[in-house]
Formats: sequence, C-alpha cells, structure tokens
Amino acid sequence: MIYKETGQYKSSYKSDHAIFPLLQDKIAFSTLMFIAFLIVPLVINSYWEKAILVPFLIFSLAAIGLNILTGYCGQVSLGTGGFMAVGAFSTYKIMTSFPDMNIMIIILISGLITAAVGILFGLPSLRIKGFYLAVATLASQFFLVWLFNKVPWFYNYSDTGQITVSERTMFNIPVTGADAPPYATYLFCLVLVVTLSFAAKNLIRSKMGRSWMAIRDMDIAAEIIGVPPLKTKLSAFAISSFYIGVAGALYFAVFLGAIEVTESFDIMTISFPVLFMIIIGGLGSMLGSFLGAAFIVTLPIGLKFLMVDMVGLSAVTAKHFEITIWGLLMIVFLIVEPHGLARLWSIAKEKLRRWPFPY
Amino acid sequence: MRIKQLLIGMTASVIAVSSYVEMAIADLKFPMLVYRTGAYAPNGIPNADGFVDYYKMINARDGGIGGEKILHPECETGYKTQVGVECYEKNKKDAMVFQPMSTGITYQLIPKATSDGVTIYSTGYGRTSAANGKVFKWVFNAPVTYWDGASIAVRHILKQNLGNIRSKKIALVYHNSAYGKEPIRTLETLAKKHGYKLMLLPVDHPGQEQKATWLKIRKARPDYVLMWGWGVMNQVAIKSAASIKFPMENFIGIWWSGSENDVLPAGQGAHGYKSLTFNAPGTDYQVHKDIKKYVHDKGEASGDGSHFGTVLYNRGLFQAMVQVEAATVAQKIHGTSKITPAMYRDGFENINLSAKRLEELGFKNFAPPFKITCENHGGSGLAAVQQWDAKSKKWNMITEYMYGDSDVVQKLIAEDSSKYATEQKIAERCK
Repeated sequence: MIYKETGQYKSSYKSDHAIFPLLQDKIAFSTLMFIAFLIVPLVINSYWEKAILVPFLIFSLAAIGLNILTGYCGQVSLGTGGFMAVGAFSTYKIMTSFPDMNIMIIILISGLITAAVGILFGLPSLRIKGFYLAVATLASQFFLVWLFNKVPWFYNYSDTGQITVSERTMFNIPVTGADAPPYATYLFCLVLVVTLSFAAKNLIRSKMGRSWMAIRDMDIAAEIIGVPPLKTKLSAFAISSFYIGVAGALYFAVFLGAIEVTESFDIMTISFPVLFMIIIGGLGSMLGSFLGAAFIVTLPIGLKFLMVDMVGLSAVTAKHFEITIWGLLMIVFLIVEPHGLARLWSIAKEKLRRWPFPY
Repeated sequence: MRIKQLLIGMTASVIAVSSYVEMAIADLKFPMLVYRTGAYAPNGIPNADGFVDYYKMINARDGGIGGEKILHPECETGYKTQVGVECYEKNKKDAMVFQPMSTGITYQLIPKATSDGVTIYSTGYGRTSAANGKVFKWVFNAPVTYWDGASIAVRHILKQNLGNIRSKKIALVYHNSAYGKEPIRTLETLAKKHGYKLMLLPVDHPGQEQKATWLKIRKARPDYVLMWGWGVMNQVAIKSAASIKFPMENFIGIWWSGSENDVLPAGQGAHGYKSLTFNAPGTDYQVHKDIKKYVHDKGEASGDGSHFGTVLYNRGLFQAMVQVEAATVAQKIHGTSKITPAMYRDGFENINLSAKRLEELGFKNFAPPFKITCENHGGSGLAAVQQWDAKSKKWNMITEYMYGDSDVVQKLIAEDSSKYATEQKIAERCK
C-alpha cells in the first residue's frame, strides 16, 4: 500500500522520463535532500563529519566512478587507488602552483587530469578483457603509487614525501585545512556529490550509457549494431576516472588534509574496498553505489560502537571480531544476494507495494 | 511473523543505542591509539601493554594523579591513518594527550590537534621539526628525534673508525613512508660533512618483501647498514642480513628497530646486531617492582603479561611516565588537580625530569634526564647504542648516552619548521 502506483498516470514524455517516476520516490528523495542540505549542517559535529559523513560522500563518488566502468560498461578495474592518487596529487600540485585559484575549480581540473590518465590506462581494454584487464589495471595501481612516491616533483621535494593541504575557502569559509568547520566540508562534498550523481544518472540514461551497457552485455553484438568499442570503452574509462579523480581530490584536500601515497592509496585501503562497495551495493546501480559506500564506511564503526562502547569488549578483541564478521558478511552476501543491497531495496519495494496484504 | 520479530529486534536495538549516554568524564583522560592487530602488531602490543600497566599501577598505587584517576580508553588503529583519524575524533573531547604511535597518524593529527587544542606527544618519532616549540605549540617529541638518531648512528660509526669514514659506504634500509624518509636529509648532509657514500634502499609497506634490497647489499657491499624499520619489516631485514652473512656489528637500527621481537626470529644469526635506544631494557627498576606488586600480582596485567621488561614494553612505561609527569607538573603550576587540556599542555612544557626526579618516579638510571622548554620540545637529544646477545637473549648497552651532531640537526630543524610556519601562517612564540 505504501508503494501504490495505481492512479499515477504518465501523460507526457517528460513525466515518463523522470528519474523518480513515482510520487513516493519523489517525496522520499526531496525529504532526504531537505535533511541532507538543511538539517544535517546544523547538527553535524566533527566526529560525524570526519568519521562518517565526509568519507561516506567521498567513497560514494568513487563507487559511482567505478560503477560506471565496471557495473555499466563491464570493464573490471582494480586501479581505483591509483586514480584517486592522481586526483589527490593533481590537486596538490595545482594548489601549490596557483595559490589563488578557487578550490572547486582545482578539484574539477584534477578530475579532468585523472580522466586523461584513465584514458591512457584504458587503452589495453580494447585488446584484453575480464580477468586479464583486471590485472592490467592492477598494474596501473602499482605504477601510479610508485610514481608518486618515487618522483619528488610530485610532492614538491618535501623530505618525507607527505603532501599537506593548505587552507582554501569558499565564500570566505575555509573548506580545507584543520580550521574548516564540519558543516563547510560536509556541504562542500555534498554539493559536488549530488551534482555529479545527477550528471552520472543522466549520462547513464543517455545514448552513451546505453552503449556502455551494450558493450557490457555482449561486445561483439554491440559492435555489429554500430556501437564503436573504442569510443565507448574509452569514454567509460574517462568518465569513471573523472569521478574517481574528484573523489581522490576530496579525499586528500577535504577529508585527510595530509597524505602519504603508499599508505593512503594502498590497494587494500582503496581499490578493494571500493570494488566491494559496488559489489555489495549492486553492480550497475546508482543507488547501489551509495548503499555500498554507506555499508563499507559505517560497518566497522558500527561494529566497534556495538562491541566496544555497548558490550564493553576490549578494543583488540572487537577488532578481531570485526575482521571475522567482515569476511563472513562478504561471503553471506554473495551467496544470499549476489545483486547487492540495491536489489534488496527493490525487493523491499515490491513487498511494500502489496503490504499489508501479501497475497 | 518473521518480519514482526525483526521489527521488534530493530526497535529494541534502536532504543538501546539511543539510551546510550556517554560516561561523564571527571577523571583525566589519556586516550590510547594502539595497534594490536595487523603488520605492526608485534611491536604495537608490547608498547601498548607498557602504557596500560603503568597507568593501572599509578591508579592502584597513588589513586591516580593527584587524586584524579587515569582513564585510558583504547582505540585500535591497525596503524591505519584513516582509522587513526576516527579514533582521534572519537576521543578528543577532554583528552589530555594523544600518543599516535605512528609517524603517519602524527603528521595527520598535528594540524587538527593544534586547532582543537590537544597535546600530541610523539616520543622519538613523528615530525622531527616539531622539536621547535616556537612553531609547534601543541606537539612534543622529546627526548630525542630521528635526526639526532641519524647523527648519533653516524657518530658511533665515526668512533669505530677513529674519526675517518671518508672511504666508507653506508646504506640506509628504510620503510618507504614518511617515517623511513625522515633521516635521509640528515644523512645526506652528514655525508657531505664526513665524506662517506650514502646508499638508499627503500622497503615498501608492510616490509615482507626484501629480497631485492639485500641482493643489492650483497652486491654493493656497504660497510655499514642503518635501518629505519617497524613491525614485520625489522624481523625480515635482520633475518635477511643474517642469511647473506652481513657482519651484524655493522648493522645498526633506529630505536624502533631494536626490540626482542625483531631479533629473536633470526636466532643465533642476529648475534651482534645493534640498535639505538633512549631507555634501558630489563626489569631491575623500582617501577617494575611496583607494577609487579600493584598490577601483575593482582592478575590485572595488560595483554598476557609476557612482554614485561622488554625494550618496547619499557619504552611504553617511559612514554606513559612522561605523560603522567606532565599532568603532575600542570597540577602544581595551576594549583588544581582538575586540569584542562590547555593546563596540561603548560605542564608538558615545564617538564624537568632530572636524575633526582627520575629516581623518585622509580626510573633511576632508566633513561637520561631531560627537560622541556618553550623553545625546545625535543628534549635532550641523547641516545645510546645497545647490542643483541643472542646467546643469553639479552640487549646490552655498549655505549654511554651521546648527543647527535647538533649543528647539523638544529639547522635542519630551523629550516623545516620555518617552512611549515610560513605554509600554515604560524607566528613564532617564546620571545
């Protein structure tokens, strides 16, 4: 009864093409946006900012990026950490070279630079597929991290190889650096994430998105009906890398503030978790990117809260449990719901449509 | 039916979560960032045990610091920066001091803590130039810095060669991170001064894979190898050195590469390996007797209690002692036992651990005395060389505590901290 569609007629092409065709979805989404933009900034504190909301937003963006490439275009990538590092180091270099440039512009340019690098590493995808491509992108992960650690120009010849953000403002409010208030960094990320998500959603519904999915479902058939594989695959690599690059830029400039490439962009800290996000969230689903990011970011914190603060286990025992539960959940998830959280959500919607009269 | 149960369960857990109220903090809070899991756990565990045992002993013996009990909530970081940030944000309210036990997390927290007004104490690690208190108001890294360490190691080599190392070749095997890269500039500057040849050999996190590194050493045959390692990297390096028959007495680690965990896996092969240290090993000190009496004998030892008296355990005791001493000093200065984080920092800046004070605290001859002032947050800069005796499984101190090359080090500190000050627009203090 909650998801009752009867009586909602689509009388124009516009309403037929809406992102949220159902009234209920529209209301839910507007409420969510209202809370996210107007309520959360009023109540946010630095713990919620630094531990949960900002990492969630940034990883959502990275997950959307990877989902475009892997979920929609079918090209498996393990190079997310490397591409995020490109975004972060571009931001750092532009920031230090042009101190007066606006931070929003810097971050978008970093995204474009990452897109260019993405195209370069996307070239092998024209020849190799599946696992082999995964290995090729893995090479990009290791190469890029090595490069940023090896060549001192990238970290302005600092002694330790660390890059540190300096303060930048939007409308005279600092959004980077240690003095940035929690609401500012949160809103900064939120605006970027919401705008870019809408862009991604519409791209996916456009001709470009349809050709990605054609390539994903069967590349030979797609080529025969006139989808150019070169252009399609490279555009997926470019756009995916753009999103990941922006995520990397935010990860460095807004979230952590100081970064060391080998630790912060390690395959185990970024590439695999982001891949898990889209697998757990749902391959080829925008909602899945967000759900997956939320799940992976909050699960360790939630488990820690439950075990250490509520039950009173010692921190180390809780950590051991966490690692075990983590692995178990992963397996259980893949067995019970291989299509991810997004699929669970649509099942729930089906149920809610008939509730409380299931039969 | 199932849905109903699920709903009931969910409601119950929501109520449980919302009814959770943070404990009122009346005591002095010393949050701990520890890593008892992951690649660095072999070193993280004994150190954390030392901390906890000391805090427990103070709570049991003296009833806390000036009557205020010590709270020491642990937060497991796994040596990961992002988790470290979460732990910091979670515990920073009313926290006296953070001891990140990781150079990466320290770099991360310096700007945050400075803005929040929380003290960071990075004992002999972290950002070396934080020794300049004029720029780094909230950060302390006493008693000795990495740059002191590098120059002390070179001084030791100089002494063995009667002051002439012009034709020598020194290799640095380092953890390829901010931590491992710290000594490079000092060693390069010293290379110019003393004329030795420096060879840089990075080892990537976590440090398991060192075949190529030691192959290079075997080919190039450096006269000395210095090591900036941590966690599993130490063990692998010492084992590899033993297997290529590198003369162990020419292999010198920093103070983080010289614990029992690092040398024991190499067995007899590790005999003669040297490392720097700024505290003594062993259990012959008053503080150990007190811990035995008030903590271990009551069955309250942290962890399994098996690390009692090891190098890193003792270092944990030392670090905890300095942190507690800062609170004592702060209470004295401000005339109240209920100190705030800002008062605590004042206490830290006025620490004077003379030989007499160390004896009162039960640390007689445990570490060289040192003093912190407004300008100098780096302490004495004294460290000694210890050597591993694989037969009796004991570390022996083989030199006196010595100073580094302060001309070189001070100049580098001034350079680096002024660069930081201009970047972050910090005005110098202590005029």
